[in-house]
Amino acid sequence: MNQPPAEPAGAPDPETIASLSARLEAAARVRLGRSLAIRHVNTGSCNGCELELRALSNVFYDLERFGLRFVDSPRHADVLVVTGPLTRNLKTALEQAWDAAAEPKWVVAVGDCALDGGVFKGSYAVLGGTGLSVPVDLAISGCPPSPTRILSGLRALLEANAA
Amino acid sequence: MAGGGDNGAIMSDSGIIESARAEACRPWRRHDLSAADWAETARAAAAESRVLLAHWADAARVYALFLDPDAGAAVPVSTAVEAGVYPALSPVLPSAALYERMIHDLFGHRADGAGDLRPWLDHGAWPCAHPMAARPSPPRPESDLLDFSDQDRHMVLSTGPVGGLIGEAAHLRLTLDGPAIHRADSLLGFTHKGTLSLMRGKSPRNAARFAARLSADSTVAHSIAFAAAAEAALEVAAPPRAQRLRVILLETERIAVHLDTIAEIARLAGARSVSARCGALRETVLRACQSAFGHRLMMDCVVPGGVAADIVAGGAEALVRALGDVASGLPEIRRQHDGTALASRLSGLGRISGAMAVSAGGIAGRAAGRGFDARSALMPAYGHLAPPPATQKAGDAAARQAVRLDEIEQSLHLVGCALDTLPAGPVAAALPQGSGEGIGCAESSRGDVWHWLRIDHGQIAAAFPRDPGWVLWPLAEAALAGAMAEDADIIRTSFALPASGMDL
Repeated sequence: MNQPPAEPAGAPDPETIASLSARLEAAARVRLGRSLAIRHVNTGSCNGCELELRALSNVFYDLERFGLRFVDSPRHADVLVVTGPLTRNLKTALEQAWDAAAEPKWVVAVGDCALDGGVFKGSYAVLGGTGLSVPVDLAISGCPPSPTRILSGLRALLEANAA
Repeated sequence: MAGGGDNGAIMSDSGIIESARAEACRPWRRHDLSAADWAETARAAAAESRVLLAHWADAARVYALFLDPDAGAAVPVSTAVEAGVYPALSPVLPSAALYERMIHDLFGHRADGAGDLRPWLDHGAWPCAHPMAARPSPPRPESDLLDFSDQDRHMVLSTGPVGGLIGEAAHLRLTLDGPAIHRADSLLGFTHKGTLSLMRGKSPRNAARFAARLSADSTVAHSIAFAAAAEAALEVAAPPRAQRLRVILLETERIAVHLDTIAEIARLAGARSVSARCGALRETVLRACQSAFGHRLMMDCVVPGGVAADIVAGGAEALVRALGDVASGLPEIRRQHDGTALASRLSGLGRISGAMAVSAGGIAGRAAGRGFDARSALMPAYGHLAPPPATQKAGDAAARQAVRLDEIEQSLHLVGCALDTLPAGPVAAALPQGSGEGIGCAESSRGDVWHWLRIDHGQIAAAFPRDPGWVLWPLAEAALAGAMAEDADIIRTSFALPASGMDL
């Protein structure tokens, strides 16, 4: 068998690699970093916050134009959006979802119940807010918060993430 | 006998009822039965296919609510719990099974003769067991309730409590036989918030916010039923203007919820344009609700005694404009549903038979030919406005979709009529600091909602709300068995299965 005619190549210049990768990284942060995958976790909600989260996908708010989208699994998520007072029956589910999401990850508590238990504070079945179980990065108040409010919170997170 | 119905004729063995001690449970009378008569009443109800509307408890008694056969009244009965035990209804009335599990979890009363007393709400994470009992017990050991160790030969598809894209927290386990669903098992209780204990000791006015947060897409329906129960118990009536405003709120909620469900089903069936159109119309309606009533979902707008506030100046016009948009968008949505793609995708899915529909109210019942609608006879506020129940025969997802479309049309007409004939006057009456027991009812977008309240010197002593979920989940389980696994999401959504309302 003949040897292939291609000659062995030396290692590329390390300085070029370093400067290229720095430039790529900067470009990627601006161009590709402006996207967040969101996993919704219900910790005992009355479904009000869910209705307004779902409304984000209607043509008036069109969530996806900002690079925000809801995903099926916490393993694919950058952000966990948590709704509802933290019920004792769903604490484990929230913690499992949080463990399953890869770093870096953010937790957004949506609605008065997720802030501190809301009107359900003090019940034997409710622990309180999301923060009792996982660290919360952003809280959006309201009962339920309007889609406009939720969207503005999520976009702030997007900006902070890209900055 | 007094009250709304001739209670002498309620059960086949009317002698039992007539000999029993009756207490006012306005607008009806509740008969407190001996254990033997309670069991006999259940047998008689089963023999005559009476509908069990609700089954609940307080610390000392268990209660059952039956529908009067002429559907113009409900019949409450009760029996004392002796040494923690009462005769189970489920051996003759299978729909009582979930209630018996709930009663055991919350109060510790054991249904004697029940085939299934597995935990339902108590997943072993509470600080005590039987939290609503006079004396709660030490906590139940935590156990994995999701470990159903039965059909190991089959493949199992498990979803929830964290599942779907954005939804309620419930667990549904499908046991597959090839591509078909062999059986469906649900487990709820995840979102149990202790609502009954939070209501206890509060005035009806203060407890109304818990009724409004049982299930957000039925917030108006639950609030109206709760308010009607409180008003019945305390013998006050909401002023005529408030009654009419409640009709407007409830019908607007129905339009918004039906649009949401139709959008979701269309999305799952691949009809993206229908989904987008319905989603946009829903948003238009919610924005009009914000202008007219100050809240997109109309939460806390209905309070015991009337409504929280009058319709905002200019709000009626905003509402009329939004509903006009819905009316003009409806023919195209209908045309798309009559088109072959969507119709053939939905027809035959999640079919329930007329026999199964006997106990089902709401959309599911009406789509299978049962013409029961609480607005017709059980909600006096409607009077002559009550529309004839929109019914279909097929009992499948397509029929449920058709009923939803018909009901949107009816509700559009109803809101128009109610706005045109809105009487002048106050929008709320003061509630006296009285005592009494009452039952209220409302037809939500899913079906009939019932609230029972006992008020003691102006404070709630005991309460129970019956969400349509209690009926819908067993029905959906039955409809899923035999269906294709790939259709499970559409079937679930076509029943609009709720969780929070029945998790209490």
